Amino acid sequence: MLGKLTIDALPFYSWVAMGGAVVTVLGGLAVAATIMRLGVRYTWSEWLTTVDHKRIGIMYIMLALVMLLRGFADAIMMRAQQAVAFNSDGYLPPDHFDQIFSSHGTIMIFFMAMPFLSGLMNLVVPQQIGARDVAFPFMNSVSLWLSAAGAGLVLISLVIGTFSTAGWTGYPPYSGLEYSPDVGVDYWIWAVLIAGVGSTLTGINFIVTILKRRAPGMTLMRMPLFTWTAFCTSVLMTFAFPALTVACALLALDRTFGMHFFTNTGGGNPMNYINLFWMWGHPEVYILILPAFGIFSEVVATFSRKRLFGYASLVLATASIAILSFTVWLHHFFTMGAGANVNAVFGIATMVIAVPTGVKVFDWLFTMFRGRIEFHPSMLWTLGFIVSFVIGGMTGVLLALPPADYLMHNSVFLVAHFHNMIIPGVLFGYFAGYMYWFPKAFGFKLNEQWGKRSFWCWVIGFYLAFMPLYVLGFMGMPRRMEHYNAPEWQPYLIVAMLGVCIILLGIVCMIVQIMVSIRQRNKALDLTGDPWNGRTLEWLTSSPAAPYNFAVLPEVCDRDAFHDMKVHGIAYRRPARYEDIEMPKSTAAGVLLGAFAFLLGFAMIWHIWWLAIASALAAAATLIARGCNDDTEYVLPASEVQRIEDGRYEVMASIVRAGATEGEPVAARKPSLERAT
Amino acid sequence: MNLPAVIPALPHADRAEAYEQRAFGFWLYLMSDALIFALLFATYVVMAPNTDGGPTGQTLFSLSRAFVETLLLLFSSAAFGVAAVAMAAGKKAEVLRWLLVTFILGLAFVAMEIDEFRGMVLAGAGPDRSGFLSAFFTLVGTHGLHVSAGLIWILVMIGQIAVKGLTAPVASRLSRLGLFWHFLDIVWVGIFSVVYLPGVM
Repeated sequence: MLGKLTIDALPFYSWVAMGGAVVTVLGGLAVAATIMRLGVRYTWSEWLTTVDHKRIGIMYIMLALVMLLRGFADAIMMRAQQAVAFNSDGYLPPDHFDQIFSSHGTIMIFFMAMPFLSGLMNLVVPQQIGARDVAFPFMNSVSLWLSAAGAGLVLISLVIGTFSTAGWTGYPPYSGLEYSPDVGVDYWIWAVLIAGVGSTLTGINFIVTILKRRAPGMTLMRMPLFTWTAFCTSVLMTFAFPALTVACALLALDRTFGMHFFTNTGGGNPMNYINLFWMWGHPEVYILILPAFGIFSEVVATFSRKRLFGYASLVLATASIAILSFTVWLHHFFTMGAGANVNAVFGIATMVIAVPTGVKVFDWLFTMFRGRIEFHPSMLWTLGFIVSFVIGGMTGVLLALPPADYLMHNSVFLVAHFHNMIIPGVLFGYFAGYMYWFPKAFGFKLNEQWGKRSFWCWVIGFYLAFMPLYVLGFMGMPRRMEHYNAPEWQPYLIVAMLGVCIILLGIVCMIVQIMVSIRQRNKALDLTGDPWNGRTLEWLTSSPAAPYNFAVLPEVCDRDAFHDMKVHGIAYRRPARYEDIEMPKSTAAGVLLGAFAFLLGFAMIWHIWWLAIASALAAAATLIARGCNDDTEYVLPASEVQRIEDGRYEVMASIVRAGATEGEPVAARKPSLERAT
Repeated sequence: MNLPAVIPALPHADRAEAYEQRAFGFWLYLMSDALIFALLFATYVVMAPNTDGGPTGQTLFSLSRAFVETLLLLFSSAAFGVAAVAMAAGKKAEVLRWLLVTFILGLAFVAMEIDEFRGMVLAGAGPDRSGFLSAFFTLVGTHGLHVSAGLIWILVMIGQIAVKGLTAPVASRLSRLGLFWHFLDIVWVGIFSVVYLPGVM
């Protein structure tokens, strides 16, 4: 009846696992309590079933932040273990330590970074291109709930059963049934598969949105840089994720039906998996970082009060990185027998990809040159990124040399390198975006003081945590060690532990920042919708934007469209009249599909066949019902649009009457309220 | 951000644009799906020699069976083409008739494939026998699953046309089903040329 699922799946075997399970269950209860407090009906009708890209974006980011906490808990546990595990077992048994590093990587890549970037894209891209929504709002909700279903599987593995011990990459033959007979790898496979399908759909959605839904006048070369990077990332998502789907599906077939794709015996070939995995895995690196580059480009132009330097070169660099990202996957396994010539080709390709990245760094520097730089926290994240990322980039070029890679592969030098790319590159970028666009989502600004404190903790903690790992790599320390007997390693590992503790302070500062900002929100309201004197169209809408974003689609005449409108005094011109707006209706189909995908994954993991069939049928029925529904839109009447817009103009007129609010340089962008004739 | 009371949707001039975007999105999905097949093809080609001392394509594959399967699928695609022409002419009964033909031919294809798989499994040549057979069953089976999903989709569309008639949303869905169905045909031609032909040679 319940397949392999028995009472033994509950974590009564170790106090650490038990603690993790308790925290997870408490977290689930906290979510339930929050929903109860907001009202089940309200949460369901306004959030869970919504197809509004802005709310979907907010939910993605909330998911990402929760998973960031979970992934960080894994990180601090690993650092604590390694700090004490010299000639001792530490406090984590090997199997548990392996689960922790596997879930840390899986969570941070798939369930922190991916939802974060999807969330920022959802929140910003439609508003940045002057669109009312994404091309496929319902599919957008499906993507969100598939991601959430995958995250749910990872979280529940802490309570029921175990997680994979095969690392975030799940290399066979170790991840095969012979060496990993328990459900851990299955949890990993199904979480990644389900979330991966969601990401593919997000990619398709945003390609169509960006290519087909731009406001009149917004040519490709007038698109804001974040939209450009979101576009390249979407292309990569659409065309790289199939490789992950195939790799994971074949591994699942090996494990569930005894096939021989990646086994040692029966004619299997584990190297195939490694190729398939990295054909997705390398583009994935750029899927994560390109949007961060876009965010830095927006932030650096806004807070330097200058037009972005070298726009065309930034676009070209982004596009070249996207294309080149498909040509370097083999550098993830130089040592696995490809031969000198093949290694040389991929090594050179890898070094070539550093060139467009270098171009971008210079563009950002020249944008700041002679600008009037304002040190908003988003700008601090950007500066911290530029400095740190260059260091990581150079260690990357070092690893791109196959002979050097032979010495340093599988060492903590590699761990230091990719954390050096992903923390200052990806994460700082998303944090910059989070603090930059927060007012657009919620209508008030985040507290800058706590944002700056958080930044300094993160950046100092990052250096303390990862610079010692470079040294340890040169000293020959392999990655993923549960304990060790080299006394000279321990001091460095203790410093790294200290670094993670400082990062923890950074996270605490962020939590305090949210709480303080919510409490003091009335002092930091963003009434104009343009809190930073922004340059791109998302600042034209109110904060938070009306459900339709733009009452009248904007006409774009320049690259920095909104800046251009403000210069010409037409940004807030009132249209003569409003028209009816067609809006997508909320639907429960997306959240239901997510729920069925979760059940399907859970059933496949535990071999509960009846549940697997039932949930697959339920998902198919949901899709068919949705596919037969012709009544998916409603009309927002012009009178209602007028009411919402009049309210906004009333607020802005009061700002103009007040002259200035709390030292804000309103005069520089006084909204002009003449009615167009 | 409270939404006002919902009123029924009105016909809108932007409809055509929305359908065009859906078609474009569906093309992107097909390209992404084509990559899944491309990787399964590559996997098959790499694993074809890995028979682990078990049966080979030469003993397992029947070219005449694969040929009949090919004809069934090609003719079902042609039948869909006729249905599409009838749809353009607005002939509802004819669309239904040809969709039914498409469905029957597709169903016959799936039935033949299931029978082939059953025979192989009973002969001890199941997907767990060797790397070669794992890759064979996965590539051909993935295609078969797609065709089966397409069959369900055809049934759904027959139902929609019967109930709603050839309305604009129905026609737009039918055109995407057509893309899907012809795409599966092309993939099958690849399977015939990469799996069955070299297999029996």
